[in-house]
Amino acid sequence: MFFSEVTNQAGTFFYLAPWAVFFPVIGLLFNMAFGRKIGEKGVAMVAVAASTLSFVVAVLLWLSLRAQPEGTVIPLASWMTVVDVSWAFRVDTLAVTMMLVVGGVGSLIHLYAAGYMHYDVRYKGDPGRYGRFFVFMNLFIASMMLLVSGNSYLMLFVGWEGVGLCSYLLIGFWFEYDTKGNLSTENAKAGKKAFVANRIGDFGFMAAMFYMFTVFGTLNFDKVFAEVPAVASANPHALLIITLLLLLGVTGKSAQIPLYVWLPDAMAGPTPVSALIHAATMVTAGVYLVARSHVLYDAVPAAQHAVALVGALTALFAATIAVGQYDIKKVLAYSTISQLGFMVAAVGVGAYVAAMFHLIAHAFFKALLFLAAGSVIIALERAHHPLPEDGGAEGEHHGNDPEGFDPQDMRFMGGLRKVIPVTFWTYLIGGLALAGIPPLVAFFSKDEIIAEAKSADALVYWLLVTAAFLTAFYIGRQIFMVFFGEARSHAAEHAKESPWPMTSVLVTLAALSVAGGLLNWPRPYLAEWLGHTLGEVEAAGLNPVVAGTSATIAVVSLLLAWWLYGKRPLESAGQPDPLKRPLGWVFTGMEAKWWVDELYWAVVLNPYVALSRIAAAFDVRVIDETVNDTAWLTDFVGGKIARWQTGFVRNYALSVFVGVLLIFTYLLWR
Amino acid sequence: MDFLMNPLNLMTFFPLVGVAIILLIPRERKDAIRWTAVITSLVSFFVSLQMLMAFHAQNPGFQMVYDKVWMKTGGFEIHYALGVDGLSILLVLLTTLLTPISIFSAWTAIEDRVKEFAIAFLVMEVGMLGVFLALDLFTFFVFWEFSLVPMYFIIGIWGGPRRTYSAIKFMLYTMVGSVLMLVAILWLGLSQGTFSLPELLAKGSVPAHLQTWLFWAFALAFAIKVPMWPLHSWLPDAHVEAPTAGSVILAGVLLKMGTYGFLRFNLSLFPEASVRFAVPIAVLAIIGIIYGAMVAYAQKDFKKLVAYTSVSHLGFVMLGLFALNARGIAGGILQMINHGISTGALFLIVGIIYERTHTRDLSAFGGLWKIMPIYGAFSIIVALSSMGLPGMNGFIGEFTILMGAFESPVLGPAFAISAALGIVLAAVYILVMLQKVFLGPVKEKNLSLKDLNWREITVMAVLTVFIFWIGLHPAPFFNLMMPAVEKMAGGLQAAVLAMH
Repeated sequence: MFFSEVTNQAGTFFYLAPWAVFFPVIGLLFNMAFGRKIGEKGVAMVAVAASTLSFVVAVLLWLSLRAQPEGTVIPLASWMTVVDVSWAFRVDTLAVTMMLVVGGVGSLIHLYAAGYMHYDVRYKGDPGRYGRFFVFMNLFIASMMLLVSGNSYLMLFVGWEGVGLCSYLLIGFWFEYDTKGNLSTENAKAGKKAFVANRIGDFGFMAAMFYMFTVFGTLNFDKVFAEVPAVASANPHALLIITLLLLLGVTGKSAQIPLYVWLPDAMAGPTPVSALIHAATMVTAGVYLVARSHVLYDAVPAAQHAVALVGALTALFAATIAVGQYDIKKVLAYSTISQLGFMVAAVGVGAYVAAMFHLIAHAFFKALLFLAAGSVIIALERAHHPLPEDGGAEGEHHGNDPEGFDPQDMRFMGGLRKVIPVTFWTYLIGGLALAGIPPLVAFFSKDEIIAEAKSADALVYWLLVTAAFLTAFYIGRQIFMVFFGEARSHAAEHAKESPWPMTSVLVTLAALSVAGGLLNWPRPYLAEWLGHTLGEVEAAGLNPVVAGTSATIAVVSLLLAWWLYGKRPLESAGQPDPLKRPLGWVFTGMEAKWWVDELYWAVVLNPYVALSRIAAAFDVRVIDETVNDTAWLTDFVGGKIARWQTGFVRNYALSVFVGVLLIFTYLLWR
Repeated sequence: MDFLMNPLNLMTFFPLVGVAIILLIPRERKDAIRWTAVITSLVSFFVSLQMLMAFHAQNPGFQMVYDKVWMKTGGFEIHYALGVDGLSILLVLLTTLLTPISIFSAWTAIEDRVKEFAIAFLVMEVGMLGVFLALDLFTFFVFWEFSLVPMYFIIGIWGGPRRTYSAIKFMLYTMVGSVLMLVAILWLGLSQGTFSLPELLAKGSVPAHLQTWLFWAFALAFAIKVPMWPLHSWLPDAHVEAPTAGSVILAGVLLKMGTYGFLRFNLSLFPEASVRFAVPIAVLAIIGIIYGAMVAYAQKDFKKLVAYTSVSHLGFVMLGLFALNARGIAGGILQMINHGISTGALFLIVGIIYERTHTRDLSAFGGLWKIMPIYGAFSIIVALSSMGLPGMNGFIGEFTILMGAFESPVLGPAFAISAALGIVLAAVYILVMLQKVFLGPVKEKNLSLKDLNWREITVMAVLTVFIFWIGLHPAPFFNLMMPAVEKMAGGLQAAVLAMH
């Protein structure tokens, strides 16, 4: 029906915006209803098609925006009439940029997952769960599209919590196992941790909305932004509170200090989930939120400063932890936290275009790194205990692998470049992009951030530069440990390259990581494009001094990594990390993630558990006991008084006599 | 005949027709009894839909009023009077919806004395509907007490091992409140010269010194029923011992009689006292929210956990009502409905697993989503709605309440923010519950558990539809109540202005 309308309405596809949400919803409902009947291939096709159609909608919106860059709002239906918010979609350059990233990277990852999950469900022994995975993935695309295209804070919040739900469901997708595949509640607990940490952030978001509605009388973007100058002069305090509360939401969703702790544990989810939700899209929602609210933040320099500082500190702190990890995905997880810190720092110093540029770049190269890491893990799994289709017998395990073998532990890898070349080359491109080697995408995007930070805030600048140095180091360490040297396990020696749905996605993302820089250089296309929404932005361009410095830093850092891990590779899985001796307790701290989880347990969680138990005991021993004691007392007194009813007339006569006597005495004494 | 032409009378008393028929059915024919009970309550449900069609949402006053003199004593007239308005209509619909659902859900759970069980439920429906529809203080009181008795028997006869203790505790605790309320009703009626609610409302304000006493007399009766902290300790006992269907009605409807009482009597008749005591009531509500959430988290019994979540959720309702503005009250009313649906569904979920395993010990489960995927999916949806996930019903209610409390002239940001902490804590207890029951490895002894049957799926599906309907498109629900709510808020607003 609507396709015929497309041809009628020359040029604008704006009214299609809700379909970016509808398509994945249709896909997930279809797979929920018929998933069992249409089989694995059918499920995958439906899910990939749903996600791709959502991407197509984003592309059509992009085409329309080129003609009408000011965008529009597409109302759909009434919703929260009590706070004057309806279901309405906002089509502007910022929203559509996010939609393109979500739809594009999302569809690629759906395709990859179609291959990946085929193995994963078999290794976990429950092939029936294949369909459920894609239901959740489509739900995620729908929620994320809602998040980036909503026209009010409240609608954004629906998507915001919706993606949190998908994250929860997908982290705990293998809810009966831990990350090593043993029966456990570990994965389920990781999901819970993520949801609760996010909820703390969402508490801030909600409180911000309450303040906002009270001050502005609305939650719709346009109306709020229009009122900002008036409110800024009349009630600057309110703006500060609102922006800081929103920042709490950002630290939850985008894994910043102090709420970042959930993201490393979130790696319990299947690898496509880590790539899509916990690297490329969902976790960048906080960056989007600040960019979307730039009018608010621009009016409150103190809040901007807080945002920048939180981002920069997180960037450095997480990078130090990444240096000390052995799990291939944990390194990438801390790297993600650190890179998100770069983006948050960027929006904090007002460099919204640079932040969005890095967001896009990161979506490319970090999705690539995660998917390639997934390819490595599956390759090792397939060699460790081959499936029947790989020529293995049921339940066969390779006892040749060292004690405590873990397909995600980099110490059991080594030399993989020879056996899985496509994965290796794509990983290398992703890694170099992350390190900021020219002319890969993050060289441009990260430089823009650092250049803008330099002119804004010295502390933020130095934190980011140090973080950039560590970034190149930990990714160099990882690449040398995984792909170079000799194989340190049987599995690593006999690893098998992944099938085409997976490798083709890796190659596509690698190409994007190479060419992505063109988005904003040499012509600042992205800056012009986002300028329609973010206001006039001066194109930062390439600062030759900063670019030269940071490229040098990256190269030096990579050389250092080569010197430590490439020149003399680890010989066996049990060998201690070469950094351990020179750095001493510092390295122990990095390895132990600076004991932050332990700190939170001691300071927040254990006290809460104890307090709850005390409250529960109080409820039984004090509150309920008081009630029962009252009943007992009534019973007791009643029982005593009942004794007076002896049934003997003489006793009653006596009491009547005493009563009369008392009354007379009273009357006489009066 | 005139009596039954009024849909309110027909709806309220039709269950008694079912009772009469059931009395004629031999007790061995259990399915015939069950079908009769379900069909009778469904007839009431359809009559309530007819009432909905006839209801004019723009009219803030009472509609479909039926008013007859019941008795005359000493110059006073006591009326039998029913009527519906925007404050009560949703609760009426909730009652007519949940009654057939809970009878239907007890199909296999209750095998003993099915006849009496069906009769008790139908009689209780009469009482509950009467409470929400009564327009005369005495009519109200009679129905209020009337609804108490069947629940006493439901807990006391079909309950768990400590059923007698719990039933008596439930009865006595509520009666303590009722006695005070009766005194207050007499006092109010005699001093104002009428027992009719519309007349009392039209007369305007009760003198201030009298308001304080009457406010607290009514408040105590209702606070026990809600239940508000610290008067809640009968609730976990009653819930744990009650059969599943009893818990559904208890949480779904009976508790709402308390919050409805606050709305209908305290806020309407004693606006000045409501303004004066809004802060202490709201403080108790917030203590209930936080305390209920913490105690729920520490429970080892599945059903007790759900019972304590009611203490927390009803705290939100009370906070909304005593925000004393339109948003707070509207959110409070909607949250009564939401709690009825979501917590009712949670008790069904507990009942479903209890019927299969005969235990409610949280540590006896784990990984049930793997063994019972349909059960798992419904449970997760219901649990998420209970923790207020946007897109589902609970969020709409909680957000509106908190918004109302935030901008309330008598409460303000501090109240809203501390209550919002309850949303974080809700995530904690709900997710812990999900983890212990549905996630993690499966226990050997649970491997052969059967997934839901068609009857259970029907019941859960109906409630799930409402969860999403209210979550995605709450406007029709708000539209029904808004004129009445705004009228009431206007009165309270005037009281606030007069006080400051």
